[in-house]
Amino acid sequence: MRYPLWRSAVFACVASQPLYWLYLAWQFALGPDPGKVLVDSLGEGALVLLLLTLSMTPLQRLTGWAGWLAVRRQLGLWCFTYALLHLTGYLYFLLGGEFSRLGEELRERPYILVGGLGFVGLTVLAMTSSRWSMRRLGRRWKKVHGLVYLIVILALLHMLWVVRADAGRWAFYAGIAAALLLLRIPVVSAALASVRSGRNKVGIKLK
Amino acid sequence: MLIKIPASGECREPEVTAEAAYLNRRQVLRGLVCSGAVAGLPSFAEASERYSGVTTAPAPEWFADKLTNARWQAVAPEGEAITPFADASQYNNFYEFGPNKADPARHASALKVEPWTVLIDGEVDQPRRYALEDLCSESQLEERIYRLRCVEAWSMVIPWLGVPLAQLIRQVQPHSSAKFIRFETAYRPEEMRGTRSGFGLIDWPYVEGLRMDEAMHPLTLLAVGMYGRTLPNQNGAPLRLVVPWKYGFKSIKSIVRISFVREQPTTTWQSMAPQEYGFYANVNPKVSHPRWSQARERRLPGSLFSPNLRDTLLFNGYAEQVAGLYSSMDLSKDY
Repeated sequence: MRYPLWRSAVFACVASQPLYWLYLAWQFALGPDPGKVLVDSLGEGALVLLLLTLSMTPLQRLTGWAGWLAVRRQLGLWCFTYALLHLTGYLYFLLGGEFSRLGEELRERPYILVGGLGFVGLTVLAMTSSRWSMRRLGRRWKKVHGLVYLIVILALLHMLWVVRADAGRWAFYAGIAAALLLLRIPVVSAALASVRSGRNKVGIKLK
Repeated sequence: MLIKIPASGECREPEVTAEAAYLNRRQVLRGLVCSGAVAGLPSFAEASERYSGVTTAPAPEWFADKLTNARWQAVAPEGEAITPFADASQYNNFYEFGPNKADPARHASALKVEPWTVLIDGEVDQPRRYALEDLCSESQLEERIYRLRCVEAWSMVIPWLGVPLAQLIRQVQPHSSAKFIRFETAYRPEEMRGTRSGFGLIDWPYVEGLRMDEAMHPLTLLAVGMYGRTLPNQNGAPLRLVVPWKYGFKSIKSIVRISFVREQPTTTWQSMAPQEYGFYANVNPKVSHPRWSQARERRLPGSLFSPNLRDTLLFNGYAEQVAGLYSSMDLSKDY
């Protein structure tokens, strides 16, 4: 395995975060409504991980370091894990485990439906993330994993819908997402690659 | 002045503490105050005795004076545990100080609450600016332990200290043409950092309103304190409304203006999302909200694995007292 230290460090960082939140909840440090805080944190964490996953390719292009790509799948799977915990937290802490009410929630609250669709998308990506699936799907694999762009949009819509009075945090994530999506446009990504080669040239010249 | 609040869901004063012990406690306290032992800190003596974990705060003289003669537990719902002070004062919505629950406690100390004046205008004989202490001068402080239900589906039980709004209304004598009351929160960008956000969706100042009969209802309280002390800034110091049968956002904080008006005022949330926030905003488990189911609520504090979920009651449990105000209305339309 390449970059074992780097990959383990990323793993430890991302895995420890939910445990840290659980610890805070156990210490009564999450306030009087810990379930809600946990659900919100996990949801936001999933979005951050999704954006991080999407930044790996541009970062690799920009810096040339292959280590970015070495953790991309891991980050994507962590995003799915956080989203799964977010959903589980919602069902238990906010819905009180009354699954009979889930249908009503989905019908009456479109943001829950949108979040649910995003989660279904993430599940598909997580299930097809193995090497075996890549071989099996061949060219179609890339198409399937293009779903990630739709998922980002669903996740942001899901978050925007719960903004009550201040969209600052949402705008921050939306700005990053917009930049990451822009970088996928061929012209822009080509420009990004030339930034790197351009910088190298400058480096050589300076020597 | 005696306010009669009939209810089955309340316990009467003598049921709370044995009367003898109650009176004795008062005597002891009064003795202490008179002897000067705690003369400088009367609010401290009251607060620390009634509720544990209450952070004391300096109180203006008029408040401290009134505290000794307050009617404690004038209203108390039966079988309800009071939310700890730390939770009620650290978990707040007060968007003038930021969008997160912890922001108000962190940033509201910047608000200067003394001196405080309230402009009373509109359909009233002598519109003018009142100093807060003049506004409360004629009334006795009452402690009202009310359920507080937020539209976000969490709830608390809070012991407020205040004066019935009806009393103040009588004091200022509005005209019969006044059908509604419009309230306005202070808007001071230099002291309220939330109002300076470039991504804020609220059009400041925050505005709320009540129909005159709602305002005159004996349960409607103008609070100047909680937990036996003054209001913390994040809880709406120095003067806030408490309307226990409506969602929390109706209970406007840090009031600087009370206007008597002919027409139903446009309120802040209603103008942002009328399909979500109606003018009446009565707690109603049957009327759904596009974001939060209103059928159940999380009574705070909850711990992670016992989230303390319970069914929401019509009019937040005050139906017996207030349902009559809405007898001719379709509450699914006038939500």
